[in-house]
Amino acid sequence: MALKIGQDHARFRHIVRGRIRENLRKYITHGELIGRHGKDRVSIPIPHIDIPRFRFDDQQKGGVGQGDGEEGDALGQGEDQPGQGKAGHGEGDHAMEVDVTIEELAEILGEELELPDIEPKGQSKLDQASNKYTGIRRVGPESLRHFRRTYREALKRQIISGSFDSKNPVVIPTTADKRFRSWKTTTEPTANAVIIYMMDVSGSMGDEQKEIVRIESFWIDTWLSKQYKGLESRFIIHDSVAREVDRETFFRTRESGGTMISSAFKLCKSIIEAEYSPDQYNIYPFHFSDGDNWSMDDTLACVELLKKFLIPWSNMFAYGQVESPYGSGQFIKDLREHFSDESRLVMCEIPNKDAIIQSIKDFLGKGH
Amino acid sequence: MSQFALKTRLPAYLRTEQQRITKIAEDFGLDFFPTIFEMTTYDQMSELAAFGGFPTRYPHWRFGMEYERLRKSAEYGLSRIYEMVINNNPSYAYLLEGNSLTDQRLVMAHVLGHVDFFKNNFCFAATDLDTLGKTIDPSNRTADYNPNRRWIDKIANHGSRISRHHARHGIDKVESFIDHVLSLENLIDPWSPFNAPAPVRLDDDEDDEPIEVPRLAAKDYMESYINPADYIEKKRQELEEKREREKSFPAHPRRDVLRFLLDHAPLERWEHDVVHIIRSEAYYFVPQMQTKIMNEGWASYWHSKMMTEKIVDASEIVDYADRNAGVMATSPGQLNPYKLGVELYRHIESRWNKGQFGREWERCDNLDDKKAWNMQLGLGRDKIFQIRKLYNDVTFIDEFLTPEFVAAQKLYTFGYSGKTGNYEIESREFQKVKDKLLFSLTNFGNPIIRVIDANYSNRGELLLEHEHMGVDLRRDYAQAALAALVRCWKRPVAVATTIDKKPVLVRYDGSEHSESPYKV
Repeated sequence: MALKIGQDHARFRHIVRGRIRENLRKYITHGELIGRHGKDRVSIPIPHIDIPRFRFDDQQKGGVGQGDGEEGDALGQGEDQPGQGKAGHGEGDHAMEVDVTIEELAEILGEELELPDIEPKGQSKLDQASNKYTGIRRVGPESLRHFRRTYREALKRQIISGSFDSKNPVVIPTTADKRFRSWKTTTEPTANAVIIYMMDVSGSMGDEQKEIVRIESFWIDTWLSKQYKGLESRFIIHDSVAREVDRETFFRTRESGGTMISSAFKLCKSIIEAEYSPDQYNIYPFHFSDGDNWSMDDTLACVELLKKFLIPWSNMFAYGQVESPYGSGQFIKDLREHFSDESRLVMCEIPNKDAIIQSIKDFLGKGH
Repeated sequence: MSQFALKTRLPAYLRTEQQRITKIAEDFGLDFFPTIFEMTTYDQMSELAAFGGFPTRYPHWRFGMEYERLRKSAEYGLSRIYEMVINNNPSYAYLLEGNSLTDQRLVMAHVLGHVDFFKNNFCFAATDLDTLGKTIDPSNRTADYNPNRRWIDKIANHGSRISRHHARHGIDKVESFIDHVLSLENLIDPWSPFNAPAPVRLDDDEDDEPIEVPRLAAKDYMESYINPADYIEKKRQELEEKREREKSFPAHPRRDVLRFLLDHAPLERWEHDVVHIIRSEAYYFVPQMQTKIMNEGWASYWHSKMMTEKIVDASEIVDYADRNAGVMATSPGQLNPYKLGVELYRHIESRWNKGQFGREWERCDNLDDKKAWNMQLGLGRDKIFQIRKLYNDVTFIDEFLTPEFVAAQKLYTFGYSGKTGNYEIESREFQKVKDKLLFSLTNFGNPIIRVIDANYSNRGELLLEHEHMGVDLRRDYAQAALAALVRCWKRPVAVATTIDKKPVLVRYDGSEHSESPYKV
């Protein structure tokens, strides 16, 4: 049964959405939400929305309680009564948790950062047909016979023709009574996409740098998963060698040792070659590092890989350089030198958490 | 019949239960309106609770917020609404599907206690719709008392009126105005239904009489010392000012601020209607706030009496006791009105059964005698029936809270300690507990605020006064409420209050909040 409260609830959600939008920048920089997301929902704490009235100052007011305890004993925070109670007027300043879907959150992100929708490349190459039962028809295979409709038709016919006997209510359908389910086929172009995250986990990448990458990747996931129905994420970590890991390991691993970025690019290339044909997939490699590569030779190898394979294959190749006390930050300069007019290579320096918003905008703002 | 009613009919076995429990309640002397029970799902229950028990309210987001909160806590198993009943004639109550039979019986018994209270307590007479504002003396009621309390219909009508304003003026505009008026919802006079109409001021010549300052009797040669001329002059000026003040508008402070706005604020017609609706709904809920402890206590007293003596059998008693214990549970820093109410009724019943009242009882100061005091009067039941008719929470606590009761119930006062940043137990002293309790019940825990001048500074500004009783106003909330007043009054509004023991004028002129020292 449809509830009347639906309209009020929608208005409330609308207000909540406004609140989230107001505070989005705070949420982004503090990374509060990331620990709170489930499969397709995020739980967001927002300040309690209240109707202000003339009321007493809570700290001066105090009150009367019941139970054991000596004078001077702390009560702890007054908690709500468990289990029972009428619909009371909620008092106090408890923060409220509201659930929003990832999709809604992406929409809010898009509105707030003014991100353009992405035009998928190679669209309509993959048409997917889906069938849906939508109607009833008079012919069809027995396996799709609609029992209730058929029975009803037969009953109608028997009553009209007078052959129905309420004392012996046997209803026998004839061929003309039979009704079958019918379906419609719709084809939809589906665009598949893959994000390949690469991160430098060499000794010079500290916890703060990784936290930045974690926050960035959460929002990138959020945004791109709204744009593409089938979105996959792959994770590559590297120091002087690269290996593929799962999400958990990606953010937790810390290695020591040198950095050879080309190792990650090579692994990325082979993953794409093996599993994600560039003409069927929208490919988004993201690479994060502190910009401290082992040698100039390796950098040149990277440039080679980017020019020949990775950039032509990808919708966009993003490179985010986080600042670390140990890194020289040379890599981004080298890339700028070699790719000054390549629009599909997006580079961005992220010195601290406050710069995350700008870098998300840089990465996603072009609509590739 | 509406769809809703058709889909929420009680199953047969519960109808039988209802008849049985109704009979038991009547035998105990309870006197209630016809009561209609409906069966609801979790979602419907959350919806109804969000609407304050009504199937239809005016559209507003706050109901949606409440719904989300309730539904979520029901989903997570944090809380469950067992019982909900509307003060309406006939009364409507809701049962939650999926509750055990013992629970449903408990709820029915509890609800009949509430409905008896709705019908008989004098505060609720203010919700009679057919008395044209006059309230009937509850002790002189005829047996066929059957008032019009069709609030479900009235409140549904409010819903369609607000919807019409939405359609005409746009949701955002109307809803934001409702937000503002709701900020003022508590600025009403809970006693106005019982007040005589304001006296019409007689237009006599009093104003023209010269002001005479009363002098102390003194011999001629002492006159200039005992009644010095400058003192007399000062007094004379004070009296003059007082007379001037009486000419101001309003002549007397007005506690029903919403009424004042309706009468005198420059509201558009739809705004007027919104204020009117919110005000009348606020008055509907007043009796429930005035009698929270008494009402819940009364219902709990009767559910426990009926359940344990007549309704449940041995197989259910543990389930019942478990549920009852949950309802009666107390937690630190929060008073459970169910618990306090039912214990106080039992305390009174026992006192009047044993004759522990009156002059002799009070004069007796032998503790052993007092403990053993039993005159076997058996007046307890009659007494509590009388109390449920003629008292509200404030008078109930004021008259019947005793030191013995406070000690037995382990009541204490608590307050915020700046040192530790915690709420701490302050005292278990009888007088302090009683004072604090009465303070929290006075005006249902809301500050008392009156309109004192509608032409403040001779600039058409509205001046209110907060009657300070030891606790300051919460500043950010007061400022927001002032903004709501400015929205209605359309001129600057100020409230005279006390902050940190100094008189202060908190003012909002439509763009800026300010505070300045206030002189009366």
